Amino acid sequence: MVSSNFNRGEKLSPVKAAVVQYGILFMMLGLGAGLWRLQVLDVENYRVLAEQNRIRKEPILAPRGKLFDRENRLVVDDYPSVTCFLVREQTQNVDADLPLIAKGLDLDLDQLRATLHRYRGQPGYQPIPVKQDVTADEQAFIAAHRNELPELETIDEERRLYPRDGFAAHLIGYVGEVSEDDLNNSRFAYYEPGDVVGKAGIEETYDELLRGKDGSREVVVDSHGREVGYFGIEHAVPGQALKLTIDNDLQRAAELAMGDRNGAIVAMDPRNGEILALVSRPSFDPNAFTIKIDRTEWNKLITDPDHPLMNKALQAQLAPGSTFKILMSVAGLQEGVAQDMHIMCNGGWGPYGYYHQCDRRHGPVDIHTAIPYSCDTFFYMLGDKLGIDRIAKYATEFGYGQKTGIDLPGEQAGLMPSAQWKVKNYHARWYPDETLDVAIGQGAVEATPLQLARIIGGIASGGHLVRPHVVFPDQLPAEFRKSLADSFPGSGEAYISIDPENWQIITDGMAQVTEPGEFHTAGSAHLEGIDFAGKTGTAQQMSHEAMAKTAKSKSNNPNVWFVGVTPRRNPELVVAVLWQSGEFSYYPARIGAQVVEAYVDKKRRLAGNLPPPKAKPPVEMGAVWTTPGVETKPGAKNTAAAGGRGQIHSGHFFVQNGQIVAANPAGVETSPKRTKSATPPAAVNAKTVPTEVAAALPERRPALKPSSGPQPGPEPGRNP
Amino acid sequence: MPLRRFLSFRDFDWWLLCLVLILGVVSVLEIYSTTVHTRFASFESKQIFFIAAGIVCMFILAKIDYHRLIDLSPWMYGIFIVSLVAVRLVGHKALGARRWIALGPIQFQPSEWVKLVLILAMARYIANIGGRNLTWKEIFKAFGLVGLPMLLVLIQPDLGTTLTYAPVLIAGLFLGGINLRQAATLIVCGSVLAVGVWSSGKILKPYQKARLTSFINPQNDPKGAGYQVLQSEIAVGSGGIWGKGAEKGTQTQGYFLPIPYTDFIFAAFSEEHGFVGAVFVLLLYFLILMRLIQNAQTAADLPGSLIIMGIVAVLTFQIAVNVGMVIGFMPVTGIPLPLMSYGGSSVLFTFLALGVAMNVRMRRFVN
Repeated sequence: MVSSNFNRGEKLSPVKAAVVQYGILFMMLGLGAGLWRLQVLDVENYRVLAEQNRIRKEPILAPRGKLFDRENRLVVDDYPSVTCFLVREQTQNVDADLPLIAKGLDLDLDQLRATLHRYRGQPGYQPIPVKQDVTADEQAFIAAHRNELPELETIDEERRLYPRDGFAAHLIGYVGEVSEDDLNNSRFAYYEPGDVVGKAGIEETYDELLRGKDGSREVVVDSHGREVGYFGIEHAVPGQALKLTIDNDLQRAAELAMGDRNGAIVAMDPRNGEILALVSRPSFDPNAFTIKIDRTEWNKLITDPDHPLMNKALQAQLAPGSTFKILMSVAGLQEGVAQDMHIMCNGGWGPYGYYHQCDRRHGPVDIHTAIPYSCDTFFYMLGDKLGIDRIAKYATEFGYGQKTGIDLPGEQAGLMPSAQWKVKNYHARWYPDETLDVAIGQGAVEATPLQLARIIGGIASGGHLVRPHVVFPDQLPAEFRKSLADSFPGSGEAYISIDPENWQIITDGMAQVTEPGEFHTAGSAHLEGIDFAGKTGTAQQMSHEAMAKTAKSKSNNPNVWFVGVTPRRNPELVVAVLWQSGEFSYYPARIGAQVVEAYVDKKRRLAGNLPPPKAKPPVEMGAVWTTPGVETKPGAKNTAAAGGRGQIHSGHFFVQNGQIVAANPAGVETSPKRTKSATPPAAVNAKTVPTEVAAALPERRPALKPSSGPQPGPEPGRNP
Repeated sequence: MPLRRFLSFRDFDWWLLCLVLILGVVSVLEIYSTTVHTRFASFESKQIFFIAAGIVCMFILAKIDYHRLIDLSPWMYGIFIVSLVAVRLVGHKALGARRWIALGPIQFQPSEWVKLVLILAMARYIANIGGRNLTWKEIFKAFGLVGLPMLLVLIQPDLGTTLTYAPVLIAGLFLGGINLRQAATLIVCGSVLAVGVWSSGKILKPYQKARLTSFINPQNDPKGAGYQVLQSEIAVGSGGIWGKGAEKGTQTQGYFLPIPYTDFIFAAFSEEHGFVGAVFVLLLYFLILMRLIQNAQTAADLPGSLIIMGIVAVLTFQIAVNVGMVIGFMPVTGIPLPLMSYGGSSVLFTFLALGVAMNVRMRRFVN
C-alpha cells in the first residue's frame, strides 16, 4: 500500500493545534460579540426597523364635504374612484414593463412614455399617476400582476362629481392637485404633495371645512407589499357638508335665461345677502379639473378671449353705464338738488366745449322721468351741479370701488374716481367735464355685477346694505367664521339713511323702467302681475368717434347691464345682469325678468297662491291619415289627396290641453313656410302670449319654453 | 479482522454524532418554521431525508480506511476536475450560474464534493513532504492543487464555494510547515493580487463586487445589494435576547429575509430564538470543532490529522463567513451554514467529511 510512505511517528504539532483552537475560540467570541451588539445593545433600534419594514401607513382619504342648495338638494357629490400610480423605485427597469402596463391598462404606449418622461426629474419615490378612474377589469390586471409589475400601485379615493354643463361652475369652483407653488405658500401649510385642494369658488374658500381629515391604516405587509393584516386604524373625518344659499331652481332659471351670452348674473336676497343664483359665462366643466386637466383643454380655457375661468359676477370690472344713475339720483335727492330740476333734453349737453350726447331727445325731463327715460342730459346736469366730490362721497358710501366681502375668492373692487384719486394716480387736476361722464356711469367708473346687486338692492331697501355670501354662516365653526370675515374684507353690512320721500321717488322711477311707455328703456321686460323695478345700463367700450373708425365687430358692442328688484321697495330679490359686448340694454332686462319671474312663480307656488293657471299655448300639429277600408294606388298619392278621390287626408290642428281647439284641414301639403304662416286663431294666441315673458325674446330657444312659461301645478321631475 | 471490527465501533465518536444530531434537529425545526407558510412547506422532511442519507453515507465512509481514500485521492481529483469542466459545458443553468449537472434523476453539484477531495489530496500532498519546512516550489505546487478547481468554480460562477477551497490551502500550508517569511511574502503577494483582480474588472462580475462591498454600508443601497445584509441585520437585531418565538419572526415570515431556509437560516433562527438561541448554536459548533481538533491530535498519523484539520478549516471558515454575513461582519457570498442550511449537497458534504473524521478516529489505535 502506498500508505507505507507516511511517517507513522509524526504527529500534529500541539502548538499548532492550540493555535487553531484559540483561533476558533476567538472567532466564536467575535461572532458572539456581534450577536450581543445586534440583539442586546441595539435591539430597540432594530425592533423599530423591523416594524417599519412590515407596517405601512396607508392613507384613508377623507371624502370631501358635499354641497347642497338652500333646500338641501344635492349640488356636488362624491364618487369612489381608483387611481393607478407607478412607483419607479420598485423596479430596476420600468421601461421594459411599459408595453405590458400599457396593454393591461388600455393606455397609449407613447403617451405613457411621455408621462414618465415628464416625471424623470422627480425623485424615484414620487408616484406617477398613470391612470385615473381605473375600471374593475384593470384593477384585476394590477392585482394579478403584482409580482411582475410591483411598480403599479392603486389608491382608492373619493372624487368630486360636479353638475354637468358648467352649472354654477364659477360659484362652486373646482378642485385640483396642490401645485408646487401653492406648497410654498403659507396658506397651504397643512397640505402635502398630491393632496387635492379647492382651487376656485366655494371649493377654495371653504376648503378647510370641506376637505375633512385623512385617516390612516397601519397595514402589515410582506416584502412584496402584499397586505397580510392590519394593526391600527385611524378613521378619516369626512369633510363637512355645506348648505349653500343658492336655490337650484333659480340658478337653473338664470342659467337658461343667460344662454350662451358672455356675461354674468347675480341674484341675491337684499334682506340678508344670500346669493340665490350666480352665473358667469362662458362656463366650463369643473369635472375636467378633478385631478389633472388635459393640457389642450387647459390651454383652450386660458387662451379663450372670453375668459371662461373668470367669475365675471365678481371679477368683471366694467363701467356700470346708466345703472349708476340710481346712485346719482340718491345723491341728487339727498343733497336736495334733483327735486327742483326740470330740464329740456335736446339730445345732449356740452357746457365745457365738448358736447355730451344723450341717446335721443327726451323733451322735458324731471327726476320722476329721468330714471325710466335714462336721460343722459338730466344726469349730466345733475352731475355738474353735485360735483365729483359729492358724487364720489355717496358712491363710496354705498360701496362703489370697494369689495363687497363675498365669501368667494378673487373678488374685484371696481373703481370710483374722485378729484383726489386723479391727483394721486395721474398727477392732474379733475376737470368738471369729466364729472359728466361719471354721472352716466362712464369714464373711470368701474363696478362688478355683484357690487351693483348689493348697491341697488340696498338703495331699494331704503339704505340697508348687506354682505353677500353663498354659504349659510350658521353652519360654520365660530373660529372659521371669524377668519372668513378677516380673509374677505369688504364694505359688508351698512345702513345709510335715505329720506323716505326720496326712496319712494327712486323706486317708483325704477318701476317705471319696466312699464311699457314712451322712452321707457325696458318696457318689453314688463311682468304682468309682478311688482318689478330696475334700471338698465349701456356702457360704451369705446367712444363714438373711435367706433366709427374701426370695423364693426361684435367685440366692440357696448356692455349692457340690468339691475332689477322685486318688489320695488324693500325687495326680496335683486338681480344684476351683465351681457358683455351685447346688444340693446332691454335684452339683459328681459333676462333679469325671467329670473324674477321664476322667483315669484316659485314663491307663489309654495304659498299655494298661484294666479289662475294659464293655458299652454296651442301646439300646431300636422297630420296625414287615410279613410279606412279604401284601397290606395301606389304612386298616385298626391293626386289622390288633392283630387278628392277621398282616401288620404291631411291637415293642421292646434291642440291645447289635449283637445283640438282649431283645425285647418284645408292645408294639404306641409312646408316650413306654410307652417309658419298658419297662425292659430287670434283669440287663443292673445290670451297666452303677451303674459309670457320668454316669448318676447327673439333669440329664445324652444327648450326654454317649459321652464319659463307658467304652468299649472308643480313641474314633473322637480323636487318639492 | 473481527477484533478490528470491534475496535472500530467502540472508537466511533458518539459524542460528536450526538452534537451533530442536535444541530440537525435545530436545523429541521428552523427550516419548518421558515417554510411552513410558504410554497416550500415540505422542505423540513426533505432535510430529514438528507440528514438520514448523510448519516448512512457517514457510516459507510467511516468503514473505508482513510489511507485508501488518500491513495484514491489523485484519481478522484482528476475525475472532479473533469466533472467541473463538464458542468461548464453541459451543466444545468439555474439563477444565472452553471453549477449543477444532471445524472439521471439526481441533480448533482460537483463543486461541493470537490472540497472533500481537495482535503484528501492536500493531506496526501503535505504528509508526503513529511514535516519539514516547505520550499517555495512546494508552496506553489500546493497553490496549483487548490487553484485549479478554484478557477473552474469561479467561472461557474460561484464565488462562495470558490472561497471555501481557500481554507484547505491555508490549513495545509500552516500545518505543513510554512515559515513566517514565506507567509508574510504570500500575504503581501495575495493582497497585491486581490487588488489587481478587483480593479481589473474582468474576473469578478459587478454584482459579485457589489455584494462584497455592500455589507460595509448596507444603508447606502437598501434596495440593491445592501438589501439582504440590512434585512438580515434587522432580523437578528430585532430578535432580542429571547427571540420572537418559532414561526413568529416578522422578518422571516414576511419574506423580508432572503432565502431564510438556506444561506440566511442563522438570521431566521436568531430572530425567532434570540441571543440565547444563537449562542447555543454557536456553542454547539464550538464543541463540534473542538471535538474534531481533539480527534486530529489523537490521530494515528500525520495524514489523518491533516484530513481532520482540513475539515475543521473548511467548517470553521463556513461558519465564520455565514454567521459573519448574517450579522453584517462579512459580505454576502452565498456560503451555506454547515448542518443548518437546507440543501442536499451541503448536508451530504458535511456528513461525508464527518465520516472521514470518524474514520481517522476509529483507526487511531490501528496499525
